[in-house]
Amino acid sequence: MKSIDELNLPENYRYAEDHEWAKLEGDKVRVGLDDYAQDQLQAIVYVELPQVGDSIKKGEPFGVVESVKAVVDCYMPVGGEIIAVNTALVDSPGLVNESPYDEGWMIDIKPTDLTEMDTLYTRGSIREAILKKVTKEGQ
Amino acid sequence: MKEILGTTGLVMNEPLLWEKGGNGRCGFSMPRRDVESSPIDEGLVGPVPDFPELSEVDVVRHYTRLSQWNYGVDTGMYPLGSCTMKYNPKVNEKYASLPGFTGAHPLLPPSMVQGALKLMYDLERFLSEITGMDTTTLQPAAGAQGELMGTMLIYAFLRSKGEHRSKFLIPDTAHGTNPASVSLCDFHPIPVKSNEDGILSPEAVAEVMDEDVAGILVTNPNTLGFFEENIREIGEIVHGKGGLVYCDGANMNAVMGIVEMGKIGVDVMHLNLHKTFSTPHGGGGPGSGPVCVKKHLEPFLPVPRVVQEEGTYRLSSEYPDSIGKVHGFYGNFGVMIKAYSYIMSMGPENLKKASQLAVLNANYVKESLKTVFNLPYDRPCMHECVFSDKKLNVHKITTLDVAKRLIDCGFHPPTIYFPLVVPGAIMVEPTETESKETLDEFIETCKIIANEAEETPDLLHDAPKNAKVQRLDEVTAARQPCLAD
Repeated sequence: MKSIDELNLPENYRYAEDHEWAKLEGDKVRVGLDDYAQDQLQAIVYVELPQVGDSIKKGEPFGVVESVKAVVDCYMPVGGEIIAVNTALVDSPGLVNESPYDEGWMIDIKPTDLTEMDTLYTRGSIREAILKKVTKEGQ
Repeated sequence: MKEILGTTGLVMNEPLLWEKGGNGRCGFSMPRRDVESSPIDEGLVGPVPDFPELSEVDVVRHYTRLSQWNYGVDTGMYPLGSCTMKYNPKVNEKYASLPGFTGAHPLLPPSMVQGALKLMYDLERFLSEITGMDTTTLQPAAGAQGELMGTMLIYAFLRSKGEHRSKFLIPDTAHGTNPASVSLCDFHPIPVKSNEDGILSPEAVAEVMDEDVAGILVTNPNTLGFFEENIREIGEIVHGKGGLVYCDGANMNAVMGIVEMGKIGVDVMHLNLHKTFSTPHGGGGPGSGPVCVKKHLEPFLPVPRVVQEEGTYRLSSEYPDSIGKVHGFYGNFGVMIKAYSYIMSMGPENLKKASQLAVLNANYVKESLKTVFNLPYDRPCMHECVFSDKKLNVHKITTLDVAKRLIDCGFHPPTIYFPLVVPGAIMVEPTETESKETLDEFIETCKIIANEAEETPDLLHDAPKNAKVQRLDEVTAARQPCLAD
């Protein structure tokens, strides 16, 4: 397990409460799981992704990630239409662990409302949120 | 502490039965033929199945060797949280082995199985009394099927009133099967967050409860080992909007004869006979998940039901509103006999005492280990307590390493990484059947392991070393499963 200082939380990404990241690339938003989520889940063994063309609202589940430890839903950080999914994850789900921000991306969204991006955490504020959570668990 | 319980010992490798034996070898002599020879009907003749050919000693050694690789509650403490791995008294096996039960065919006419029917009839009433509910069905095969069936009863009840609702509330401290059960019944599970005390607050339920919600599925006591203290108020909120309250009673071992579920707003609940009522389980069953209901759900119970008229028992399917059958014949009858035997041999006072001791033992473990492991919710628990690996993470030790090291030390590991509300959860359910000496041995072993985590972490990373099978590669097993050889 990584300590807070070992976590990789890149600057130009936004982060959701449940540790999905979102990155604006032109007019689309790319989405994956952040380093904290993949580290907590440990080895990911299965990823279920939506169909291209599905329209899903912000906060609704778009997929499922299964690791040796747990099965969790992944939620839309912003609402919109699914325009691409990373089919490489079907055969190589471990890419989410190895390269969470790059080869391990999950979906591309055509966002309905780009201002939803502003409601997400920044690198600094998600770090604060993790720190708060970790401290609270230690009561 | 004298010495660690776990040690090494000689066990044998053992091949598959198909890789043993030889042509024509046999463990059975056919009796001498004393009737005229007659040809077999041609329709019954076909290729011979691929059965291994073995002698009696081949078979006996095979299963004896396999059993020596195993760990069961007869071997040692099995504190698998949420599974209630209590010791199963052997008297239950004695009664379940009576030839009158083992030889009974499920299609025998009722006049020839009055004893079996009476046992089912009485067991239904015992379970209703223990839970404080009105009526019980014994049909579901296990807890999750009981959940599904209970949810189907709610569906049928709402339909009888001309209602169709689409959502079901599931707290984050529920059992993992709970959202699956309601989804199978075509309800959409809506998660409800527990509060800082690890229980549901009425406010959190009120916020999501509306007239499209069919009900709430509360595991009580919940998976953090806490009693849902606000259950009555939560019941009022749910009932106020026309929904029903389902209680997952898998954790009933904490409250037998103490809580009358029917009086705190529960409409339907299931029990796990193989947990609370002490019948052997693990390795896939068999289980039994009776469902207990209040009067308003009774018309929908599955058929056939055992009825009694002037001291005679028979099976009846004359219930027009019934949801039908959920199991072949009448459920897992062998498990029912053992549960009946357990209830009869304990009696009301001792069932209550068993729950009290289960709670006492869990609190003893919790208090003894709360400075050793991290205890996220430091308050009195019911039958189980949940620690986490937070303190060990600084040494790069995780819950999995602790669990594997416990195997080396002679204990079955607790439930790990569940419930999900506690990251790195270690969920310990000691049960009432462990003595103080055994609990102390477990506590002492956990302290030694916590110490090793700091001083010799590789002992944990490499564990288990004493077991027949060492650390398994779970990742490869899950990513590239080898399902056939």
